[in-house]
Amino acid sequence: MTKEERIENLNRLSGTDVRKCMKCGKCSGRCPAFEDMDIKPHQFVSMLTKGKIDELLESKAIWNCLSCMACVERCPRGVAPAAVVEAVRDTVVRMQGKNGIKAEEIPPIIDEYIPQQLLVSAYRKYNK
Amino acid sequence: MKISYYPGCTLKTKAKELDVTARLCAKALGVEMEEIENWQCCGAVYPMGTDEIATKLSAVRALDHAKHNGGKLLTLCSACHNVIKRTNEDMKTNDDIRLRANNYLKLDEPYGGETEVLHYLEMLKNVVGFDTIKKAVVNPVNRKIGAYYGCLLLRPSGVMAFDNPENPTIIEDFIRAIGGTPVVYPFRNECCGAYVSFKNGELPKQKSRKVLTSAKEKGAEEVITACPLCLYNLQVNGEGILPVRYFTELLAEALGVKE
Repeated sequence: MTKEERIENLNRLSGTDVRKCMKCGKCSGRCPAFEDMDIKPHQFVSMLTKGKIDELLESKAIWNCLSCMACVERCPRGVAPAAVVEAVRDTVVRMQGKNGIKAEEIPPIIDEYIPQQLLVSAYRKYNK
Repeated sequence: MKISYYPGCTLKTKAKELDVTARLCAKALGVEMEEIENWQCCGAVYPMGTDEIATKLSAVRALDHAKHNGGKLLTLCSACHNVIKRTNEDMKTNDDIRLRANNYLKLDEPYGGETEVLHYLEMLKNVVGFDTIKKAVVNPVNRKIGAYYGCLLLRPSGVMAFDNPENPTIIEDFIRAIGGTPVVYPFRNECCGAYVSFKNGELPKQKSRKVLTSAKEKGAEEVITACPLCLYNLQVNGEGILPVRYFTELLAEALGVKE
């Protein structure tokens, strides 16, 4: 796949038009996981615009985004930074051996109160 | 009045009290929640990828069942509500997703977003009415209570259309109806840390402590939620800064229908 095709795929998967961004930074200003994002929400948008795919696919932030939609809510231009993060994460976890969590890591950290909702959410977000 | 009801995976297991108290209260208020047949887990998170179809099918099945059984689908868990409502919007407005989902499901008649998705709080407000609830209260919950909205009920507001996403009031109105004093605090619509525990356990701890500290500083004695994962994060990761309960537990207490 050519680089142009990879950029086009990521844009299509995100379903959002990153070219509409006016770089106001409100998305990152509102992000509750800001300190844990090595690439910030506004950078996901600008890096996709510039086609910096390899850097995006190496991001640690895809594991820390909470999908809380605060960035989407605050964007005055109708861009969805969370959808770009999800498109990058989907692209990563769909690769062979790139799942975010391994089943054997779960039992030691599980406690008796953990709701099924947490397990299902984590598997849906991090694994394919 | 009868209404089709989607409970979801956690309400049958770790969050039984949310399901049980909601049913008891609805019955006391004249609403019969009819659990839909053969419902499947909604997947807990809405898949945003535009090529995600199979992950939306269980929500579409539930929606289609409700379409033929009264036209409304009642949800209670915030996550189920978010997934089902957003999937319904896709079925209504996204030709590609609607076509492909219907191609999978081969229903007698294609589903196109006809069902109205209603959260239990919306049912209390718009179907029963907070005034009716006020009259039905036998044990006013005379405490200072912080409403915790979190993310899933409110955002994205264009689709969820639940309340003002920055300054919601529905749970505060609910608290007043059951005789309590609502405490408004800054972090009531901030994320609790969601599902990242398995990747970064520190993040839900920080987020949950921030929410509860914010509620406590404003004078709340307890916090209520509609989401089992929020309850878990606030209780376990929030280290007991404040007691956290489901809003239906307080409703049951107020209506005197507690088991």
